[in-house]
Amino acid sequence: MTVDTAATSNRGAADGEPELVQLLTPEGQRIPHERYDALIDDITADEIRGFYRDLVLSRRIDSEAVSLQRQGELGLWASMLGQEAAQVGSSRALRRQDHVFPTYREHAVAWCRGVDPAQLLGLFRGVDQGSWDPAQNNFHLYTIVIGAQTLHATGYAMGVQRDGANGTGDPDRDAAVIAYFGDGATSQGDVSESFIWASVNNAPVVFFCQNNQWAISEPLERQTRVPLYRRAHGFGFPGLRVDGNDVLACLAVTREALQRARDGEGPSLIEAFTYRMGAHTTTDDPTRYRLDTELEHWRLKDPIERVKAYMIRSEMADQAFFEQIEAEADDMAERLRRECRALPDPAPDSIFDQVYVDTPPTLLAQRDEMVRYLDSFADEEASR
Amino acid sequence: MSVSQFNLPDVGEGLTEAEIVSWKVKPGDSVKVNDIIVEIETAKSLVELPCPYAGVVEGLLVEEGQTVPVGTPIISVRTGEGKPVEDVGAPGEGAERTAEQREGMAEQPAKPTSAETTEPAEPAEPERQPVLVGYGPRTASAKRRPRKPGTEPSQGRSDTNGTPQRPSTGNGEPAGAGDAAGEGAATGARPRVLAKPPVRKLAKDLGVDISTVTPTGPNGTVTRDDVHTAAAAVSTPTPTEAETATASAQPARERVPSGLGWHGEDREERLPIRSVRRKTAEAMVQSAFTAPHVTEFVTVDVTRTMKLAERLRESREFRDVKLTPLALVARALCIAIPRTPEVNTRWDDDAGEIVVQRYVNLGIAAATPRGLVVPNIKDAHELSLRELATGINQLAATAREGKTPPGDMMGGTISITNVGVFGVDTGTPIINPGEAAILAFGAVRQQPWVHKGKIKPRWVTTLGLSFDHRLVDGEQGSRFLSDVASLLEDPGNALAWS
Repeated sequence: MTVDTAATSNRGAADGEPELVQLLTPEGQRIPHERYDALIDDITADEIRGFYRDLVLSRRIDSEAVSLQRQGELGLWASMLGQEAAQVGSSRALRRQDHVFPTYREHAVAWCRGVDPAQLLGLFRGVDQGSWDPAQNNFHLYTIVIGAQTLHATGYAMGVQRDGANGTGDPDRDAAVIAYFGDGATSQGDVSESFIWASVNNAPVVFFCQNNQWAISEPLERQTRVPLYRRAHGFGFPGLRVDGNDVLACLAVTREALQRARDGEGPSLIEAFTYRMGAHTTTDDPTRYRLDTELEHWRLKDPIERVKAYMIRSEMADQAFFEQIEAEADDMAERLRRECRALPDPAPDSIFDQVYVDTPPTLLAQRDEMVRYLDSFADEEASR
Repeated sequence: MSVSQFNLPDVGEGLTEAEIVSWKVKPGDSVKVNDIIVEIETAKSLVELPCPYAGVVEGLLVEEGQTVPVGTPIISVRTGEGKPVEDVGAPGEGAERTAEQREGMAEQPAKPTSAETTEPAEPAEPERQPVLVGYGPRTASAKRRPRKPGTEPSQGRSDTNGTPQRPSTGNGEPAGAGDAAGEGAATGARPRVLAKPPVRKLAKDLGVDISTVTPTGPNGTVTRDDVHTAAAAVSTPTPTEAETATASAQPARERVPSGLGWHGEDREERLPIRSVRRKTAEAMVQSAFTAPHVTEFVTVDVTRTMKLAERLRESREFRDVKLTPLALVARALCIAIPRTPEVNTRWDDDAGEIVVQRYVNLGIAAATPRGLVVPNIKDAHELSLRELATGINQLAATAREGKTPPGDMMGGTISITNVGVFGVDTGTPIINPGEAAILAFGAVRQQPWVHKGKIKPRWVTTLGLSFDHRLVDGEQGSRFLSDVASLLEDPGNALAWS
């Protein structure tokens, strides 16, 4: 991957290596950027420390969840290891009124939006079907159907437009929508459809693609013949590629794209170039289709290490700070573990609860029959 | 202090079992939460399991190499907390309950008496059925929870015939089509029969009263097979009828096939294609269909080599090494290769190049309980006979234990397969993918042989060499094979060549 730091334009890269917006090198060196420096010049050392904390804690949520799955406490988990910077950087660019449509891997985005990680575990433990209130944190429920949330996001963005919450110039009123998806989703019809709708309606939506190089076991070259960000140009809106392991660059480009949307200038596509360090899900075994050398290559680009190096280099943090974050992560992991095991199994008849506002009589009869059946057992464990 | 057990979890959405590949801890070890304790292999992947407890390992409850069902306790850990035995992991017992409930809801025909007594019997696994998706195969006999006395549910339960009744909905549901079979004149308690219309027609056509047919279909439905079985029973004479039957019919009935294979086992058994078998299959198919194979044979008098081996075994240098004829063949191969480097080349299709390898990574095909693996000895050309012998023995032992690291199986340049150990003379081996040749070493037997003009008993063996005709021409392949044969016929040639 070549990095052209002198690039000023983020559109229409010439032939050859696509341009990649990068502000922080893998070695933790802050490099100047003509266009994007201005977008993060307000970031204080405190905020950098905050990003570091987000990155470390969200990674710990992820690794703890993988362990819990391996111990039989969760049915499944989709690890986001390696994608922390793309998620933290982009979600820290959001304002309160912006709305997020995630896939099932946006654990760090959920963290930044204030969703309790234990609630994420409930979904993967199979005791609920997404228990957080999307309206509370403007963070939609995880979408399992690949790419479907890009349509939801576009529709929601068109609603924002019709509410007049767009292009008014009022920073507390103008809202944008961000849709997260992966490289594999770009092969889905839903994503192309949402690009078309967003484009022709000038919808205030940012398409944030985390290109983690693998659609389960299919490599990127089996998904596309052009760099993904260039797809946007064909649909009539701008696209760019950012170093997805660089939290500052992700923050800068997402800020720009969101502001564009809030200002009524329409959609944009961000391709965050990153890597899925773990398996697709805990049910997958990546050693069957990819080489360790590739993993090693990306390990050197770790999103957390470079922030740490940057902070040490610029004396923003000392050993005590790193130890304090580590201790906080340990505490949080222990709490998560405890809360996960304590999550109550749902009552069997609760399946009837959340489908209809007014449950029809036939369903009520079925529910009553099931309750009678369960009551007929002599042993105490009536499983509720 | 208390002891906690960790049950084998389902790590892959609906897996039923896993093999314990290797333990990373032993009794007495201290463990922390999330320390890796064991590596398991499922139908999907090799997975490391982190420990859910902190404490001291009390015991490993499953041995390496064993395959156990999900829910089996695999390790016990003495924890510092004063709690009673606690199970974490797959809910063995609970899972069965849930399965049982599901079954109950599905109104499977119940066997009320036996159902209430069979409590803790572990469901017998009839055979292994790894699955990749879904919730796994249902065990044939789920155990049933005891019912409250006198609370036979009013609806949706089976009657004593084991024929399920449909819940009466009381909304004027049309009478069951069971009437079509001609019953229905019986008492009001007469069970309704569940069957699809074509099955009912079949019963009618065959003259079977469908209400007498034992249903085996889902939810207690009568299937086509049930009707056929019932029809066959009707046409077969009953024991009382048999008494009146002619005596000539008797022997015919005695030879009723059991439907079983030998040893009274099932006629056919389906085995999952597991990792090593699958890899072997892929490698062999790839090799056989990309590399045009040519195989040549030579029968050679190896008496001198056998004598040499005998002498060496008695020497000081080899006193603690098991020197096999295979080691001598391996050495001969290493000496012969530089004289015909083509047999040690590699076809790089992507680069459009032939890679000449000036080193020998000698693969030794090893039969292991897990299947065939071909680990190789790196830089075998630099090794002495003693080192080669040691290397081969180690390689084979590691392979048999199933512990061959992946690195040992990669980068081979040429291989030997020792088919002689199975007592056969030779074979047409398939080249290990990525290599140019493979030598089959047959059994060494004493045979009558013309030696110095007389027929004498000599130690004779057959060598078979398969080579990739893209890389090796007939002339080169023949020269190489004859070189190896010459070295074995007269080991003294080694002095002249190396």
